[in-house]
Amino acid sequence: MKLTRILAVLAALLALSTAEADDRATPVRIGLTPTFPHDQYRPLEKWRLYMERKLHRPVEFTRRDRYIETMDLLRLKKLDFAWICDYPYVHFRKQVKLLAVPVHNGRPYYQSYLIVPSSDKTTKSILDLKDKVFAYTDPYSNTGYLAPRFELQQAGEDPARYFHKTFFAWSHRRVLESVATGLADGGAISSHVWDTLSNGKPELTRAARVVTKSADYGFAPFVARVSVGDEDFRAMQKLLLEMPSDEEGRALLKELNLDGFIVGDTRLYERTERLIRAVGEK
Amino acid sequence: MKSLFNLSFRYKIPLWGSLLIITATLAVSTALIVQSYDDLRSDLVSSSASLGRTLAKTLFSAMIQEEVWQAFAIIRAPLHEQSDDKLVQPEMILALDQQQRVFVSSHPKSVPMLTDIRKLDDEFARLAELIVAKPGPDAPIIDFAGARRFYAAVPVAEEGARLGTLVIVYSKEVFLPRFRAGAWRGAGIGLLVLAVLLPINWYWGQRTAAPLIALARSTGDVARGELLAPPPGTYPYDDELGRLFDSYGVMVKSLHEKTLLEEEMIRSERLAAIGRLSAGIAHEINNPLGGMLVALANFKRRHEDDERAGKTVAILERGLTQIRDTVSAMLVDAKIKGRDFAPHDLEDVRLLLAGEAHQEAVEIDVECALTESVALPATLVRQILLNLLLNAVHASPASAKVICTVHVAEGQLRIQTTNAGNAIAADLMNHLFEPFVSGNEEGHGLGLWVTYQIVTQLGGQIAAESRDGLTQFRVALPLGESHA
Repeated sequence: MKLTRILAVLAALLALSTAEADDRATPVRIGLTPTFPHDQYRPLEKWRLYMERKLHRPVEFTRRDRYIETMDLLRLKKLDFAWICDYPYVHFRKQVKLLAVPVHNGRPYYQSYLIVPSSDKTTKSILDLKDKVFAYTDPYSNTGYLAPRFELQQAGEDPARYFHKTFFAWSHRRVLESVATGLADGGAISSHVWDTLSNGKPELTRAARVVTKSADYGFAPFVARVSVGDEDFRAMQKLLLEMPSDEEGRALLKELNLDGFIVGDTRLYERTERLIRAVGEK
Repeated sequence: MKSLFNLSFRYKIPLWGSLLIITATLAVSTALIVQSYDDLRSDLVSSSASLGRTLAKTLFSAMIQEEVWQAFAIIRAPLHEQSDDKLVQPEMILALDQQQRVFVSSHPKSVPMLTDIRKLDDEFARLAELIVAKPGPDAPIIDFAGARRFYAAVPVAEEGARLGTLVIVYSKEVFLPRFRAGAWRGAGIGLLVLAVLLPINWYWGQRTAAPLIALARSTGDVARGELLAPPPGTYPYDDELGRLFDSYGVMVKSLHEKTLLEEEMIRSERLAAIGRLSAGIAHEINNPLGGMLVALANFKRRHEDDERAGKTVAILERGLTQIRDTVSAMLVDAKIKGRDFAPHDLEDVRLLLAGEAHQEAVEIDVECALTESVALPATLVRQILLNLLLNAVHASPASAKVICTVHVAEGQLRIQTTNAGNAIAADLMNHLFEPFVSGNEEGHGLGLWVTYQIVTQLGGQIAAESRDGLTQFRVALPLGESHA
C-alpha cells in the first residue's frame, strides 16, 4: 500500500516533469498568409529566430497561400497562432481570438487599392473595367476580393458578371504582378502590401497605378486559436507588443513595414463585418 | 571562254587548281553551314520538345483548375531563365484552350487572355488550323514558308484527353544570329583553308608549268631553226616529263647532226660543180691561150728590132701569162704521176716557207711522224702543205707559232695545221673552199680552193675549225698504191 503510494507520487512527479519538458520542447506553430509578403524567407527567418529567443521555445512558421487553408489548420489545431486577413477573422470569429493588431503609418487600419497597369492612363474607377480581366487575391480576402466587389455592388453592378474574366492570384503581391505584367487589366490589393513592395520592389509598383483607395478597414490581425492556453497567448502577445522596445524588434518591424502591434479591439473590424453582410458572402 | 583555254600553263594550272580548291572549300564550308543549321534546328527541336513536354505536364493541372496565375508562372519561368547559348530562348509561350483561345500567354500585354489566336495574324491562323487538323503527341517544329517565327505545339492532355495546346514561339531573329555565328565559323574555316592551299597550289602550278614552258619555248626555237635542246637539268626527274625531256634532247641532237650533214653535202656538191665549171672554163681558155702565147713568141722573134712593138708584145705577154697562171692554178690535175711523198718533202716545204715565216715573225713547228715515204703523189701533198701553212703564217699574229703535224693512221695520211689569230667568220666558213674567197686582202683566194680540189681528187677530206682563237685545218688522205 505504502509502496503504491510512493510509486503514485513518483509517477505524478515524472508526469509533471515530462509535461514541463514537453512544454519547453513543443514548438509554437504560427501560420503565415499572403496578407503580407509572406514568401520572403530571409527576414521572416530572422523574425522566427527572434521569437524563439524571446519565448525560449522552438517556433515553426507554416506558410499557406490560401486563407482557408490556414483557417483549417487553426481549426485542426495544427497551428497556435496565425496572421490572417480581417475577413476570415470576422468570418471565423468563433474559432479564433484577436491576439494583436499591426500598426501601419501610426494607425491600425489598411485599405484596398484598385490598381491597373501603368500603361492604362484612362481608368478612373472600377466602373471603367467592365468586361476586362480582373485579378482577385483570395476569396477570403477583404482588400483583395470583398472590397472591390462591394464597390461594384454599390454601383449597382453584379460582381459575378461584371468582368470578362476573373482569377485568383492567391496573394496581394501576385495580383500586383498580374497587373504589372498585363495579365490582368485590373486588380485589388492591400495598401500595406503596396506600400511594402513600393519600397522593396519599386519596379513592380512602377508598372502599376493606384486608381482608387477604399475606406479604412481594421488591419489584417494576428489571431490565436481559441484553445491556446492563456500563458502561451500572453507570452506571444507580449512578444509582439514589445517588439518596438528593442533594437532587433525595431529592425524586424521596419522590414515588415510596420510600426508595431497593439492589443486591438473587435470594434476595429465593425466595418469589415458590415461589408461582409452587405456583399452577402457571410 | 576560248581565250581562257589559250592561257599559258603558267596561269592555267594554278587557275584550274585554285578553281578546284575554291569549289571544294565552298562545298565543305556549305556543308559546315548546313550542318550548323541542322544542329541549331535539332537543338531547337530537342529543347522545344523537352520544354514543351515538361510545361504541358505541369500546365495540365493549372489549366484544369483554371489557375491562371499558376499557369502564367509556369509558362513564364523558361523565359526568365538565363539561357546558356546552347538552347534557343523562346520568344513567347502560349497556353491555348480547346477553342484555340489564349488561356494564358507569357506576354499578356501583346497577347491578352481569351484572345482567339486566329485573329492575331496569318501565321497564328495557319498554326490554329494545323493544331485543329493534327493534334500530334510530339512537339515538331512548325515552320511556315516566309514566317517570322518557328512554333512548337504540344498538346496539354492527359491519357489522350486534350485540354488545350501549349505553343512555344521562337523568333527567327533570335535564331539567325546563332546561325550566322555558325555560318561565319564555317566560312572562316573555308577562308583559312584557302589561305593555306591557294599559295601552295600557285607554287605547285608554277613548278609544274616551268618545264612545260621551257619545252614549248625550245620547240619554238627548233621550229625557227635554232637547234638547241633545253640545258640538261631543266627537269631532273625521271617521270614521264623527264623522259620526254631526254627524248627531246636526243631528237634535237640528231636533227642538228642531220642539218650539219645536209649543209656539208650541199657545200661539197657546190664545190664539185664549181670545180667542174672552172676546170671546163680553164681548159677552154688554156687551149687558145697556148696558141696565143706561141704566136706572140714568134712575133717577138720576127720583130726583135721594133722597140715599140716589143713593148706592146711584152704587155700582152705579161697579161696572157697572168691569165695562164691563174687558169693553171684553177686547173688542178691530180692525175699527175710522180714519186711518193717522203719525209724530206716536209723538210723542203719548211725551208720554202722559212723566208715568208721570217718576214711575218712566225715560227713554224713541224711534227713529223713519218719514217718512210707514203703512197701519195709528193707534188700534190707538198702543194697542200704549202697552201695550208702559207695561210697559217699569214693569219698568225707576230711571234706566234704555227704547228703542223703529219702522221699516218687507219690507212690515211693525216695533216693538221694549227695557228692562232683571228677566227674565221661564220659566213666565210661556209664558202671557205670556194674560189676567189679570201680572208684577207692579199691573195686571189685560190689557195684553199686548189687545196680542196686536190684533197677531193685524192679521195680525201678536209675540214676547218676556228674556235677559241685557234684555227685548225685537218686533212685526211687515203693512202694509195706506191708509185715508187
